[in-house]
Amino acid sequence: MTLTDIIGPVMVGPSSSHTAGAARIGKVAYKLLGERVVHADVFLHGSFATTGRGHGTDRALLAGLMGLKVDDPRIPDAFALAEDAGMTWRFDVIDLGSEAHPNSVLLKLKGESGKELSVVAASVGGARIHVTQLDGLAVSFSGDLPTIIIHHIDQPGKIAEVASLLERKNINVASMRLYRAHRGGHAVMVFECDSEIAEEDVAWLAAQEATVRVIYLSQARK
Amino acid sequence: MYDALATICQKAKESGLPFWEVVCREDAQEQGITPDTSFQSMRVMYRVMCEADRSYEKDLKSASGMVGTEGEKMRLYRTGTGAVSGDFMALICERALKTAASNACMKRIVAAPTAGSCGVLPAVLISMQERYRLPEDEIIRALFVAGGIGGVIAARASLSGAAGGCQAEVGAASAMAAGAAAFLRGGDEDRIIHAAAIALKNLLGLACDPVAGLVEVPCVKRNVIGAVGAVTAADLSLAGIDSVIPADEVIDAMGRIGSKLPEEIRETGIGGLAGTPSASAITQRLKGEGAL
Repeated sequence: MTLTDIIGPVMVGPSSSHTAGAARIGKVAYKLLGERVVHADVFLHGSFATTGRGHGTDRALLAGLMGLKVDDPRIPDAFALAEDAGMTWRFDVIDLGSEAHPNSVLLKLKGESGKELSVVAASVGGARIHVTQLDGLAVSFSGDLPTIIIHHIDQPGKIAEVASLLERKNINVASMRLYRAHRGGHAVMVFECDSEIAEEDVAWLAAQEATVRVIYLSQARK
Repeated sequence: MYDALATICQKAKESGLPFWEVVCREDAQEQGITPDTSFQSMRVMYRVMCEADRSYEKDLKSASGMVGTEGEKMRLYRTGTGAVSGDFMALICERALKTAASNACMKRIVAAPTAGSCGVLPAVLISMQERYRLPEDEIIRALFVAGGIGGVIAARASLSGAAGGCQAEVGAASAMAAGAAAFLRGGDEDRIIHAAAIALKNLLGLACDPVAGLVEVPCVKRNVIGAVGAVTAADLSLAGIDSVIPADEVIDAMGRIGSKLPEEIRETGIGGLAGTPSASAITQRLKGEGAL
């Protein structure tokens, strides 16, 4: 937390968790997909499902998926904007289980190139959020920093591969987590960094052996 | 951010720097920015507060229809009949209603410290700037005072209605605005934190019990109480009246009370006012209309 979390953020009301947090989830999901969203299946969980509509959670999520910021005065008109943009969407409720934060949402997105991504994220207070699942695998990051997510086969040397690249490029790591389904199975590494990773370096990582998919969340890209 | 108001006061006394600057410098260091950059980003916050106040739309109502027009009613009353509490207090009430209602109507505001309590600081600061013809920079300094107090409340207790009830939102906002108001009238670090302590004490135990779970009833009117309470607490402190319980201990008490509040009155829209027959009827109506 910093002072701008206490006096701030600038946001469209009425709720920092149900409106601003929702818009931020949408925007981070859009950036994770990395291209324009053409269709979104939105599954609301817990308090998002029960009091979301009255707080504009639905509109805020769509606005975020179109790349709007939490203080964009067009958030209340998100349905009309999305329609004009040719985007389609479907809202539903879901039970993500008792472990899930009450303000959680599952987004199943389709991009203009046909690319698909499923994201579970939670609005955890203030306008702060947490991404908790990507394509069905558990992760944990805030979306505040440049973040690289690497799906790979669990085998020795994968961490060193990323760590040495980041060292060569003089990029400081703020946090690092590794998750795996089982030994030798599908695994995910998440690195939150203090500065941006260049496009060619992301591509290099994606081309490495035993790497299945790389998703990069840039803070520079609008 | 600091975890004790006593620490900020001690640093102010040791360094000779004013309270606001101790807060500003520490924030800049923590974020790796210059104090001037931190000051300018706080200026942006104040300008958005002023813009939200100016752009209030008198006919706009929230999606539920429960709130929206109160600010204009208060203005008409204040400028017509005249208010029992006097013009300045009535103006503070009017401004708190306007910004809090704008938030409920999905307009752009500054969460300070939260969206639900966003009317308190602008009501006090804009009204004081007008009345005492203060330069904008002085109000920005006052926002650092408020931010320092809010930061300590976040560290020792909570700023979330779901965690600590309304005392953690409007109560915290009131404490922040009280310290800021005391500063704007020349109060030193001691007057600032006594003002904050008095304001927060007056709202200890306040439930978060929004009707239909929406940030509307009673939130909008509670912003008024937070703002008015802030100004009176600042006056008490500036008169030399101390809070017998030190500010940090008041905040700790708020945190303990918050953790003991039943879940029904912590932003769940179940207990308290939200559990009244009238609130249940409103909730049913809104569900029927598809607004919930």
